Amino acid sequence: MNRRAKSTRAASVWTAMTCLALAALFQDDLAHADAAPQRARVPGGTFATVLPPANDIKTATVRPFELDRTPVTNADFARFVTAHPEWQRDRVARVFADQSYLLHWAGPSRPAAGTGNQPVTQVSWFAANAYCEAQGARLPTWYEWELVGAASKDLADARADPAWRQSILDWYAKPAGNTLPEVGRTEPNFYGVRDIHGMVWEWVLDLGSMMVSADNREQGDPNVSKFCGSGALSFEEKENYAMLMRIATLSSMQASYTSSTMGFRCAADAAAKP
Amino acid sequence: MKRAFLILAVVLVPILGLLAWTTPLAARESDTPTSLYQLQAALTNQDGKSHGLDVYRGHPVLITLFYSSCQATCPLIVDTLRVTERELTAAQRSQLRVLMISIDPERDTPAALHEMANSRHIDTSRWTLARGDASTVRNVAALLNVQYRQLPSGEFSHSTVIALLSPTGELETSSSTLGHADAALLDRLRK
Repeated sequence: MNRRAKSTRAASVWTAMTCLALAALFQDDLAHADAAPQRARVPGGTFATVLPPANDIKTATVRPFELDRTPVTNADFARFVTAHPEWQRDRVARVFADQSYLLHWAGPSRPAAGTGNQPVTQVSWFAANAYCEAQGARLPTWYEWELVGAASKDLADARADPAWRQSILDWYAKPAGNTLPEVGRTEPNFYGVRDIHGMVWEWVLDLGSMMVSADNREQGDPNVSKFCGSGALSFEEKENYAMLMRIATLSSMQASYTSSTMGFRCAADAAAKP
Repeated sequence: MKRAFLILAVVLVPILGLLAWTTPLAARESDTPTSLYQLQAALTNQDGKSHGLDVYRGHPVLITLFYSSCQATCPLIVDTLRVTERELTAAQRSQLRVLMISIDPERDTPAALHEMANSRHIDTSRWTLARGDASTVRNVAALLNVQYRQLPSGEFSHSTVIALLSPTGELETSSSTLGHADAALLDRLRK
């Protein structure tokens, strides 16, 4: 064997091995690529938020991003825990998920029969976060969620429409049944996103920012002001009860908590995905 | 054929090694279900060295979140940690470690952390100033139940939590006291 042949073979082995290693690395992504729900592109923008970023700034600005059109389902999450057994209910670290984590499933990686297309619930923030990261994505921030949640079928911001508001409040007034509806059955909103209202609460990336009012910074004991101020957080748009209920629910949850009405969907920066 | 195996081994071993090396640090099979060290945290300290949340495994550790450009609360956090240490015996103090993690990874580069360690005369043989990526910071904050958010000015609003972790990483107690040593925290430290 001459030297050139040797080096060619070495190079081709190198290439093959590198490909194999890369394939192994991205296997997860490939396995999920066709199963993942398509994300809707949201152009972003500046809007009046119910949670002002500062005392003198009442609007939030969101950069373009992509959001799952529907919440993550039991079937989606089952694929995730099969690929990542450390997130199965009998193996998960207790610091990352409470005792009720996925307890409604038939088995550690098996949802109850017939619930595959229902939104997954009883998942902690840590688990939701890990799921999205495994898809090369992340949870949406509160402002991203709020921006999309303000849309009706025809309007980017329908919050001034009393009829639209009432339709959302009707869901909250409806007693929760035992079974959740399947995802994707409601009308898409302005951005092509479904089930934002009327299905489940949804985790947000910046869960830890929900209870911090902008004015407790550097003043005495932050926890004193936090607790004293929690009833008087500087909410705007007080007539928008649906959003306030969502914030109240989110801020009552710690990251390891799970709830039978708390699900999630994933988001990604628009630039990150062509 | 032998040579092919040799080539395979030569190529495969570094790749596997690299994979093992890039796998986030910290978690161990032996971790208890409530150990915070199960978090796969990617931190970098003031000297640019990478480590996990368990950099001080085997010691009681005070963990807190801060950001170095903070003018009011954060200097107070360092002072509070010092006052707490001073209340201990020399033997207890020599066992204790302090891990301060920045919530401002963009500005708190290892160089910025190094600068803070120097200007505040921090003994980096027992204290570590660290930064992590945004995901690591969010996860650590969630584990310690720290509330924080970045303000439009670029500053942060955050609740102050000084948490005591056991040598195996369980959360023993946490305090939001600033300016003087927390009595309950001292109690646990003296045990």
